[in-house]
Amino acid sequence: MRPFNYLRAQSPAEAASLSAQVHGSRFIAGGTNLLDLMKLDIETPTQLIDVNHLALDRIEATPEGGLRIGALVRNTDLAADPRIRKDYAVLARALLAGASGQLRNMATTAGNLLQRTRCPYFYDTHQACNKRQPGSGCAAIGGFSRQLGIIGVSDACIATHPSDMAVAMRALDAQVETVRPDGTTRVIAITDLHRLPGNTPNIETALAPHELITAVTLPAPIGGTHIYQKVRDRASYAFALVSVAAVIQQDGSGRVALGGVAPKPWRVESAETAMAKGAKALSEQLLAGATPTHENAFKLTLVERTLASVMAQARAQA
Amino acid sequence: MLDVMTISRRELLIVGVVTAAAVILPPFISAQASAANAAQPVKTKLSIWVNDARQEMEFDTRTTLLDLLREHLQLTGTKKGCDHGQCGACTVIVDGRRINSCLTLAVMHEGAKVTTIEGLGTPDQLHPMQAAFIKHDGYQCGYCTPGQICSAVAVLGEIRDGIPSHASPNLTEPPRLIASELQERMSGNICRCGAYSNIIAAITEVAEASA
Repeated sequence: MRPFNYLRAQSPAEAASLSAQVHGSRFIAGGTNLLDLMKLDIETPTQLIDVNHLALDRIEATPEGGLRIGALVRNTDLAADPRIRKDYAVLARALLAGASGQLRNMATTAGNLLQRTRCPYFYDTHQACNKRQPGSGCAAIGGFSRQLGIIGVSDACIATHPSDMAVAMRALDAQVETVRPDGTTRVIAITDLHRLPGNTPNIETALAPHELITAVTLPAPIGGTHIYQKVRDRASYAFALVSVAAVIQQDGSGRVALGGVAPKPWRVESAETAMAKGAKALSEQLLAGATPTHENAFKLTLVERTLASVMAQARAQA
Repeated sequence: MLDVMTISRRELLIVGVVTAAAVILPPFISAQASAANAAQPVKTKLSIWVNDARQEMEFDTRTTLLDLLREHLQLTGTKKGCDHGQCGACTVIVDGRRINSCLTLAVMHEGAKVTTIEGLGTPDQLHPMQAAFIKHDGYQCGYCTPGQICSAVAVLGEIRDGIPSHASPNLTEPPRLIASELQERMSGNICRCGAYSNIIAAITEVAEASA
């Protein structure tokens, strides 16, 4: 690992300001992804700004009837919060389907959103990767692509976003609150947070340099049956091949977002009217324009079957 | 020639590693990253409680909590397996919570209370979980065992605290002390010898004894 300076910020605005002062600064919270990547020389910060002491570790009610989740709330605590378990169960389920108990005890809400892809070619510094080294090419295309993306991908990158939590938050229409080095704040809809790779897969989010996430807000509860179904190569502690976050109402209408298939949580609101027609119609509309490789084309079928399973569970629980 | 002959094997290996690193640069390291490589190591100070003893430490900012325990405090019970949070061999309990000590910087834990396998029990006074692992043969080679035991002790605390898991059928009811819950909660601790069933038997015995 390369040497770096370490300092602790006293406020979110100060953290963003400190970051802007030194080239190569990065925020560190849980550190579970950043340190992993620093050991591999994929992340090479010259300065780490520890944000763990900022008072961003609370979950509080909003005037709109929703919840405001501090950026530093640990995944374990978010999944265990009684309000999340009761009113946003799809989020609790998604969190519990991700990582291990040890990692969930460290990983934070904002860090989970900003974790990097687990594409094996991103991780191997001897391979071409446009995300890691722009312009070097993409060794994943034509390579071992079984785990990788089938939609929203580009000729430059077929990596997926690895988060489970973010998929549930997409289904729940979460919003992301941030602060910038000049102290100004803004709100970003979760659908706009992660961007598609296009020709610049190295630019992964709508965040400006040095912009710090301070909270994620959830709108008021929408009721319905909450299901997060994750299909993976082993029963626990593995990334998704395909996952479905769904909130389905008594009348069969609802929302679905997909994980494991795209560079961002994949939701197509206009496709959700197809829910009444069944999993096949819904799957076809969600994945219209998909460009799978021969190794991951099975995900098209897997999405349809996972949607069928989720819709059957919702009917049984309604 | 004589000089070369007198350096130790260890020194020769270190020289070899440095030479290789200088000559063979990975092809996709950016110029910016290479420039940062020239930066000097940064020292930092920290006060931390490890197994109820206060430690005043000075170390490189890059030191993980795992390396602090093993290399600076000689507490080698905590093991380095993958060093990437995938195997769980480095699991310790920090402020009551189990974490992967390899994926956290020591400097982030000012004032923290760390419990390692050495702090859970001693050969003369075993922690009940240690005794149960011995009784049920919850290991073969033993390398993952300290992490397994620290994790298992914390798992029972998490179940007592009502923290749900992926294996909990109902999120609004307290989790139960059953094998499927324990298996799911222990999935971050890999055992290459495959002692899983005996590990679950050991944890189950401790859980039932303390229930």
